[in-house]
Amino acid sequence: MPVPESLFDKLWNAHVVQPQSKTTPAIIYIDLHLVHEVTSPQGFDLLREKGIAVRRPERTLATLDHSTPTLPPGADGQRPYITEQAQRQVQTLRGNCREFGIELHDWDSPARGIVHVMGPELGATQPGMTIVCGDSHTSTHGAFGALAFGIGTTEVGYVLATQCLLQNKPRSMRVNINGRLGEGVTAKDMALNIIRHLGMNGGTGYVIEYAGSAVRSLDMESRMTLCNLTIEAGARAGMIAPDETTIEYLRGRAKLPQSEAYEQLTEKWLQLATDEAAVFDCEVTLDAADMQATITYGTDPGMSVAIGDPVPVPVNASQEKALRYMGFDGGQAMSERQVDVVFIGSCTNGRISDLQAAASVLRGRRVADHVRMLVVPGSESIRKQAEKEGLHEIFTRAGAEWRLPGCSMCIAMNGDLVAPGMTAVSTSNRNFEGRQGAGARTLLASPETAAACAVTGHVARVSDLSAACLEAGQEVA
Amino acid sequence: MRVFTKTTGPVLVLEQENIDTDQIIPARFLTATSFDGIGEHAFADWRLDAAGEPISGHKLNEARARLSPILVAGHNFGCGSSREHAPHALLGFGFRVVISSQIADIFKNNSQNVGLLPVEIEPQQHARLLQLDGEGITVDLEQCMVTVRATDGAEQCWAFTIDPFARHCLLRGLDRFDFLYQAEDAIQAYEERP
Repeated sequence: MPVPESLFDKLWNAHVVQPQSKTTPAIIYIDLHLVHEVTSPQGFDLLREKGIAVRRPERTLATLDHSTPTLPPGADGQRPYITEQAQRQVQTLRGNCREFGIELHDWDSPARGIVHVMGPELGATQPGMTIVCGDSHTSTHGAFGALAFGIGTTEVGYVLATQCLLQNKPRSMRVNINGRLGEGVTAKDMALNIIRHLGMNGGTGYVIEYAGSAVRSLDMESRMTLCNLTIEAGARAGMIAPDETTIEYLRGRAKLPQSEAYEQLTEKWLQLATDEAAVFDCEVTLDAADMQATITYGTDPGMSVAIGDPVPVPVNASQEKALRYMGFDGGQAMSERQVDVVFIGSCTNGRISDLQAAASVLRGRRVADHVRMLVVPGSESIRKQAEKEGLHEIFTRAGAEWRLPGCSMCIAMNGDLVAPGMTAVSTSNRNFEGRQGAGARTLLASPETAAACAVTGHVARVSDLSAACLEAGQEVA
Repeated sequence: MRVFTKTTGPVLVLEQENIDTDQIIPARFLTATSFDGIGEHAFADWRLDAAGEPISGHKLNEARARLSPILVAGHNFGCGSSREHAPHALLGFGFRVVISSQIADIFKNNSQNVGLLPVEIEPQQHARLLQLDGEGITVDLEQCMVTVRATDGAEQCWAFTIDPFARHCLLRGLDRFDFLYQAEDAIQAYEERP
């Protein structure tokens, strides 16, 4: 009888070019290499230094997202890059893609988007693949049953040159989420609850497979949100076995074959699921019904509470430092915190369903006067779809800014910044000190919660909204 | 890559847990297309004010900081993003070794690739090292050993483990690329599989 294998085992075994030995790591083949402007320049330099070509340009896909302005070109036709250096970085990627024959989704591409949004939209991300990118949120692609993880720039160069990586096989963890999420509780809340349970380093050294009825019932965009945040628990990769939901999402996408050829592929994908008797190094089970709309209060994504709960009392120096930075006192009600900025976007929550969710909260309401709200679609195709649905008008009418696609305020390297001391509720992935700008204080939450905070002007749940708005006289017809 | 065999020198302790890569090198410094000079921006938001001037009294601005080859940091060092700028910034600042009770996966891997030695040691030993700010210790990669002087003056040696291939490459200053590139036949055979 064959040894029972997990989804991860199956993918790992299928990609071993040379097995691990006592003294050397395995050589693993990479099916898809995603590239962006920030972590690739020195990787291309390696090729030039060694005088070699990109081994498989057709397995390499590039976009512009991190350093790019989200405001349109000015009257002079120039895009408002934050610095000349940022513009040069974009030009460098453009030049590298031209020189080495790589498909780049530049400003003029209708598919350009955040690297982890664009890959799945194009159907470049496929079940059973190994996928890497010089970006820790590459874990996002695991939602399709791919083994996907972030790498450093040295390794970007290695993959460009050899289409391979040196890897020791990580340990495996299965996180089972059973039951049903309550009304108004999202995949973002689920992920924040998992990170709090595991701790921000609880996944270090592991690849996580998410399973259980609550995970199975998530749509693909929610699964991407969940897998995206896996790195925030320290695990490089998170994955979900492909099923009918996966197959329906990918059907008809640009990089996939059509009709009969597609159906043949899907049969293979369904065989990737973890065998019943497969064993994991670690297994964790949580109940979705215990999870509530959640928000972070500290300086790592594991420091979160249900929105109605008070800020926990710190128990060590690191927690005290975090609360001091955030300007919170232990025991304080979260709802007391005034919100200055709301950011909807990022590879975590910048997809069409995220924008729809935020718009459904903002429809007929206004952003509180003291709040600056930015809505940044994850890709050009999401921007177009949102504009077709009139979502941009809901946002702008409510007083929010509707921007061009990009990473924007999540990593805050393009000039979209939160000012020192200001509190931002963000749908992004990291609340580290200074992440959204030096001295900025970030609270991570779902798009629904972020929109509710924008309307009330303080930390709030969607369910708090009606009463609060009527009181403030902010609800319009 | 620079050879790493053994380093003796004073320790700089940053005891905070979960020091993430945004602290080591804030994102606004990532638009450069080269790693040259990035050490000047290491821990920029901790040690420099808004005008870029050193904040007096910050440990990282003391003269000894740049002369300490060994950084001892709180648990779960280097968590967060995959930016290789982080180990490059630490190298540029003057560190050759970072020691913690846990080091995040991607950062650890990146460090090994660029010649910064990441050392993970047992919690009790780590707790002791956190008390040794400014004191001299030895990190020996050949022996996989950290040597400290105990309060009574005697030497204490603590063994650590590291991936054998990373150790092999660091000891000889070998680029891992050559190992991969030499596997061309195996890669080609893999690609030609039905």
